[in-house]
Amino acid sequence: MIRVNNRDTIEWKKGMTVKDVLTAMSYDYALITVTVNNHLVPHEEYDTCPVPDNAEVGVFHLAHGG
Amino acid sequence: MTTTKSKLFDRNVPGSTEILQKSTVGIAGCGGLGSNAAVSLARAGIGTLIIADHDIVEESNLNRQHYFQSDIGEKKVTALSKHLKAINPHLKIKAINKCLQASDVPETFKNADLLIEAFDRADAKSWLIEAWCCAFPGKPVVCASGLSGIGKTEDLKVQHAGNIHIVGDCTSDMSMGLCSARVAIAANMEANIAVELLTNRKADERDQGK
Repeated sequence: MIRVNNRDTIEWKKGMTVKDVLTAMSYDYALITVTVNNHLVPHEEYDTCPVPDNAEVGVFHLAHGG
Repeated sequence: MTTTKSKLFDRNVPGSTEILQKSTVGIAGCGGLGSNAAVSLARAGIGTLIIADHDIVEESNLNRQHYFQSDIGEKKVTALSKHLKAINPHLKIKAINKCLQASDVPETFKNADLLIEAFDRADAKSWLIEAWCCAFPGKPVVCASGLSGIGKTEDLKVQHAGNIHIVGDCTSDMSMGLCSARVAIAANMEANIAVELLTNRKADERDQGK
């Protein structure tokens, strides 16, 4: 099981990547920051970065404004 | 140090001033978030600020950014440095008038203990966070996302993931317009987290004899 944003859970599957988690959660790639077990995942690694079972995934939407 | 002999920080939380005076904070962007966070950090007693921005102060900035009519046309880093020095003349400031790129982050902020992300564009926030985390994986970055519109104070929250700390509602967009109070709350949430992280970490290092 993977927990997303300390709130939602999705079933873990062997070989799961960050991309798979984002797809399962219907997150847009564009303006987000993603962490897996508290480590940032660079955008170019979403397709390849493995997500282990029981991982804590953080997906933070970045909104314009400052 | 001269500042500790003055009364400037007499009302600070006991024990915090000595730690903060030895701390360096980087601030990327000197707009609504960066200028207001910088003022609070200067008042808190941070010893050194590295401020970076390439913009000029415009009248439209004055609804939320810590500038004045007399600053219009001035470089933001120059005007902000002047205001920060007016609060604490002993504050060390490294002012960088530059449009930062991701490749600039390691050199620009190499001496910072912590970074405050204070950009306005979401795509810039994204590459800044990535660049910082890649260059300095052990150091915290405090970011803001979602501080536009009016009211909804209760929606402004803090989320943490390792060394990444994000304040804001994560949804409101600047196309809604920006209100001084809400922007300043987010900026001060960033400053507040920075002070908390720095005082906790430095106290831990001191206790461990580092």
